Amino acid sequence: MSTDTPTASSDEFDPAELEALRERVAELEESVAETADDGGQKMTIVATKGTLDMAYPPLILASTAAAFDWEVVVFHTFWGLDILHEEHSKNLKLSAVGNPNMPMPNAVAALPGMDAMATKMMRKRIDDNDTATIEELVDLALDQGVDLQACQMTVELMDYDEDDFYDEVTTGVGAATALQHMAESDVQLLV
Amino acid sequence: MSSEHDTTETLDVKGQSCPMPVVKTKQAIDDLETGAVLEVVATDSGSMSDIQGWADGTAGVELLEQVEGDDTYTHYVKKTS
Repeated sequence: MSTDTPTASSDEFDPAELEALRERVAELEESVAETADDGGQKMTIVATKGTLDMAYPPLILASTAAAFDWEVVVFHTFWGLDILHEEHSKNLKLSAVGNPNMPMPNAVAALPGMDAMATKMMRKRIDDNDTATIEELVDLALDQGVDLQACQMTVELMDYDEDDFYDEVTTGVGAATALQHMAESDVQLLV
Repeated sequence: MSSEHDTTETLDVKGQSCPMPVVKTKQAIDDLETGAVLEVVATDSGSMSDIQGWADGTAGVELLEQVEGDDTYTHYVKKTS
């Protein structure tokens, strides 16, 4: 097996070609340096749930990531919009049904008033433990520069108005915007 | 809670739970000058791991020491840049 490669041209390399290669290397080094400078982490969360328990994880992760100086986008869609809804966010509810850890059978949990009772119990625990409220966490996230986005299609579907949301919420965005952020992110979560 | 660190400011997050100790620490650090040392007093046992993780993953801060008291957890964080 011959390892001979065409060497004829190596003796007589083209100075112009060498110069072009040098320029190209410098260009690439610069672009690598730029990418490295942009080294901050990014995270995109898609928040789809609006029950009291499911509203917490995206907000807690988002505000903590912001404390790490990460760039954070939370894209809220369907019931997740209620987290951004100024009025609804203060009254999110817990479902007593469908959670086998509830201290009652589903048949009982489905009775009128049971969701309200479960919600009341959870609110008391949140209070007793000095856990932040959803409203406080939304304010905190916005304060830290987290981009809280409301999916336009579901805003219309749920018949919400832009004015229903907290002031700094981003509206007028859709799946393409969310995908773009996800593609640029180091961490992507669906809640 | 005695410490040999030359503390610039103390942040009291007693009674507060995740994510507040980390988030408030970050906010307090942002308001300090480079070289300053922030003392963070928490009652959240999770703050031991959380503040360490935060300091490890964040540029410009250094965790000098963590002191576990009877029911408090005290952290000393230096702003390095």
